[in-house]
Amino acid sequence: MEHAQVQSEKSKIRVKNLDFYYGKFHALKGINLDIPEKRVTAFIGPSGCGKSTLLRTFNRMYELYPEQRAVGAIELDGENLLTSKQDVALIRAKVGMVFQKPTPFPMSIYDNIAFGVKLFEKLSASDMDDRVEWALRKAALWNEVKDKLGQSGAGLSGGQQQRLCIARGIAIKPEVLLLDEPCSALDPISTAKVEELITELKNDYTVVIVTHNMQQAARCSDYTAYMYLGDLVEFGATEQMFFKPTRKETEDYITGRFG
Amino acid sequence: MPEKHLSTQFDTELTSVSSRVMELGGLVESQIRHAIYSLANFSEEVANQVIEVENRVNQLEVEIDRDLSSIIGRRQPTARDLRLLMAMSKATANLERAGDETVRIARMVKSILASGASRQLPTSDLGVAADLASGLLRKALDAFARLDTAAAVSILREDDLIDREFDGFVRKLVTYMMEDPRTISASLDLLFLAKAIERIGDHAKNVAELIIYIVKGADVRHMPLGEIETTVK
Repeated sequence: MEHAQVQSEKSKIRVKNLDFYYGKFHALKGINLDIPEKRVTAFIGPSGCGKSTLLRTFNRMYELYPEQRAVGAIELDGENLLTSKQDVALIRAKVGMVFQKPTPFPMSIYDNIAFGVKLFEKLSASDMDDRVEWALRKAALWNEVKDKLGQSGAGLSGGQQQRLCIARGIAIKPEVLLLDEPCSALDPISTAKVEELITELKNDYTVVIVTHNMQQAARCSDYTAYMYLGDLVEFGATEQMFFKPTRKETEDYITGRFG
Repeated sequence: MPEKHLSTQFDTELTSVSSRVMELGGLVESQIRHAIYSLANFSEEVANQVIEVENRVNQLEVEIDRDLSSIIGRRQPTARDLRLLMAMSKATANLERAGDETVRIARMVKSILASGASRQLPTSDLGVAADLASGLLRKALDAFARLDTAAAVSILREDDLIDREFDGFVRKLVTYMMEDPRTISASLDLLFLAKAIERIGDHAKNVAELIIYIVKGADVRHMPLGEIETTVK
């Protein structure tokens, strides 16, 4: 498909002719896509379609594995991340990520947030306190943890842990936040809180979310991309995608006719 | 909907509610036929039959809406499934109202019979429009079952014909009434009957518009016919 973009929106990330390989396996095939700035974009598609793979190229997470490689370009504000000489840690400071399973560090709630900030900024103790509170408030977790900041992050519930990870992600003030199935391990109430948070976050960040839950994509994204077998099949406004998608493949998938 | 869902239970539910909508359509269709017959032949017996069916029609409407709410609540349908369910809900409302119009006709026939002075009324003029309207609803139901957009467009065209027929009939009645004020009372009865028939045509038209909504995802209500034809192509 030709380059998918939204004319009326400013692009934060531009994916150009991106191919991705796991060894010999061709996992992404010529993806051309613009991610609009300060909007929520959802990637949907069946297992193995490449949606998580695509998400993980946005902060070069795949580089952790030697046999994986990406060809093409991923431009963040015009700079190609794939060929960038920038320290990959700096890229990940700009492009934060939250994973499927909550992964709190084995340390206090406070330190979970402060840890990442310390890598990039020298803050005074009181500024750090402010930053931790700010991030926890943004992640809608402050009221639940403000009296036990010294306790271990592992003692929180699954939903709280996931919001802690989101707080940790935004504490270093990234520009883009990548969410890989952020609610799949959460109960409906925690899910609702995280979704509410996602809507909040787009005021400041560009959010990209991978989800198996199509209703979640429908509820909290502005744009949706449907992927299948490494191809980007259709990209458009979420409202349009869930009411009258252009491609029959998309319609079959979102109506549950996919087999 | 030829292709099946992964969930066969979902398919079963959709098929079941679709067939109820068709059952409702069949009932209303027979009400229309009977109403026209009772009007043409001034048959009180057939008029009563029309009125008797009304309860069943109302009950079906309630049942269909309950089924639709249940499917929407439990399945969270999207895209063409969502459009189909929305359309079925609206089609049901239109069919029930078309049924109401037939009851209106039947009641009118009974009141004309009760007043005694009836059989001189020139009801044959109404026959043409009534046949058109009843044929239109039948075609609309047919096209709805087959999701046939080409048939839907031709129904919209035919409804324009009924509307023109109605306008002509009204002008004729006005002339009658001006020529002979003694015909005013009977002419008013005819006017109400004609209006009921014209409304049935409108309900058939609404059902036809819903077919285009399901298939094309386009809301063609209040759209000029020419524009609708381009949408469907």
